[in-house]
Amino acid sequence: MAEIIENLLPHVVEKWQELLECTWQTLYMTGFSGIISFVLGLALGIVLIATRKGGVLQNTVLYGILDKIINLFRSIPFIILLASLIPLTRLVVGTAIGTKGAILPLIFGTVPFFSRQVESALSEVDDGLVEAAAAMGTSPIGIIFRVYLKESIPSLTRVTTITAVSLVGLTAMAGAIGGGGLGDFAIRYGHQRNQIDITFVTVIILLVIVMILQEIGNLIIKRTTH
Amino acid sequence: MIELAGISKSFVTKGKNVEAVKDVTLHIKEHEIYGIIGFSGAGKSTLVRCINLLERPDSGKVILGERELTNLSDKELREARKDIGMIFQHFNLFPSRTVFQNVAYPLKGRGLSKEEIKEKVLELLKLVELEDKENAYPSQLSGGQKQRVAIARALATDPKVLLCDEATSALDPQTTHSILKLLKQLNQNLGITIVIITHEMAVIKEICDRVAVMEHGKVVEEGEVFEVFANPRQEITKAFINTTSALRKIYDLLEENSPVVALKPGEKILKLQYLEKSVSEALISTISRKFNIDCNIIFASIEIIGDAPLGGTIIIAQGKAEDIQEAIRYLKERNILVEVLKDGGNH
Ligand SMILES: Nc1ncnc2c1ncn2[C@@H]1O[C@H](COP(=O)(O)OP(=O)(O)OP(=O)(O)O)[C@@H](O)[C@H]1O
Ligand SMILES: [Mg+2]
Repeated sequence: MAEIIENLLPHVVEKWQELLECTWQTLYMTGFSGIISFVLGLALGIVLIATRKGGVLQNTVLYGILDKIINLFRSIPFIILLASLIPLTRLVVGTAIGTKGAILPLIFGTVPFFSRQVESALSEVDDGLVEAAAAMGTSPIGIIFRVYLKESIPSLTRVTTITAVSLVGLTAMAGAIGGGGLGDFAIRYGHQRNQIDITFVTVIILLVIVMILQEIGNLIIKRTTH
Repeated sequence: MIELAGISKSFVTKGKNVEAVKDVTLHIKEHEIYGIIGFSGAGKSTLVRCINLLERPDSGKVILGERELTNLSDKELREARKDIGMIFQHFNLFPSRTVFQNVAYPLKGRGLSKEEIKEKVLELLKLVELEDKENAYPSQLSGGQKQRVAIARALATDPKVLLCDEATSALDPQTTHSILKLLKQLNQNLGITIVIITHEMAVIKEICDRVAVMEHGKVVEEGEVFEVFANPRQEITKAFINTTSALRKIYDLLEENSPVVALKPGEKILKLQYLEKSVSEALISTISRKFNIDCNIIFASIEIIGDAPLGGTIIIAQGKAEDIQEAIRYLKERNILVEVLKDGGNH
């Protein structure tokens, strides 16, 4: 058995410890930047919904500013964002390379996308529910938590899963400029040294990560949809 | 109970100004069921939303009991809204919450213990006859059941007023009837004042004490349901009456020259309409005896509104022209509106 694997995946067997480490780096980057992006994106999405025209805390000026900033960041390709954020990353985390250096660009690449997704998930909430809550004397903050967030858990889960999956993709790209992780691993060995088995196994691992994320998402959606 | 004084509200959409409500003044009394009827776009919803200030009127005052709601701060207004329950055409229940959680919603954050909330919710569910649906989700309920849950939820804060915006418009006639019956019971047993918005005449007739007819943002006619519908002054009010009265069928029959309305000489088709609450004498048999005429009832549409009959009868009267004239005079003296719809000529 071990022989077969060694024959089929010679380079993977040779570097399995490094592979393990890179997988961990990918998980770390996804998890760390994911949690921060989730909090920031959710907060921004909520602010967008609350301040939009007809929102519970309507503020067209604030909405207009956020709307433009988000659009601006969304229009920058991630690879350019990575490069242009190097000075800022250095300032904030002390280094622009390695796993640590990738966190900030990942957050910048994810938050604008995710906040838009949150905005659209929250806007699916029926206006009638908001109206009923207001008629029962719920405050605007109460409406945000007890109506918008509570009633859109399934759609928020859906957009969180989508974002998490695309974040895994971004970490692989961050690897391209020395961020570490599976992307870095695949490029260094699979691509540059033409070790096909490494590319192959990396893809499988990424696929498994994505599938796990999606399964968790589906489970939550199923549990919370009535 | 509720005073609306000079309420106006307009909306600007796509640069166009729509005056949804124009200078409406209404007084809704305590413990009554007050109906507001009008066609789509008349401004009914906007007006009722001005009562709990979901919509801020551009001008005018809203007074509930002693308090002028239009003067309250946002926080005071939220507190005041607990005195005003509201139900909607599409129920607006929270789909992610069970029936129990929906009804408990307005009770949260009011310093009640879990047990107190539970007791209150179960009591409300019993009131709307849904004790067994406690753990169901709204998606598992029928329209009528959903509206009952919505009513229970609206009553959770023991409001003095219940606003119903087209609360039965999404329901079939039978379910509508059962919901209206429930509202009537609540009105009688809890003394809650009810404001009902509708475009259905049948709803007004079934439970309202007083009615306002709205057209183009204005209240064009107002008063006791019986008075308004016995003596409609506005075309629109007549149109609403026609939507439910079977009497209008006679006009179709006349137009078609149906055999039902074919007359021999000496016969006349008369339409008799009751205008006062007092009519319960046996008028038809009285006139046939007294004036020696034969009365053949083609059809009648009489409904009991506010404990008195409202409606009319279409008869073919046969007899001498003078006798029929006398009979008509007799009826008119008793405040019956008589119209000769067709005259068969003399012998
Ligand atoms: N939020 C709004 N923004 C712009 N226009 C509005 C708004 N609400 C109502 N209107 C307009 O005001 C007018 C009255 O609307 P309203 O909903 O009060 O009528 P309604 O009598 O309740 O009609 P329906 O029977 O269809 O519910 C309509 O012309 C409508 O288009
Ligand atoms: Mg309406």
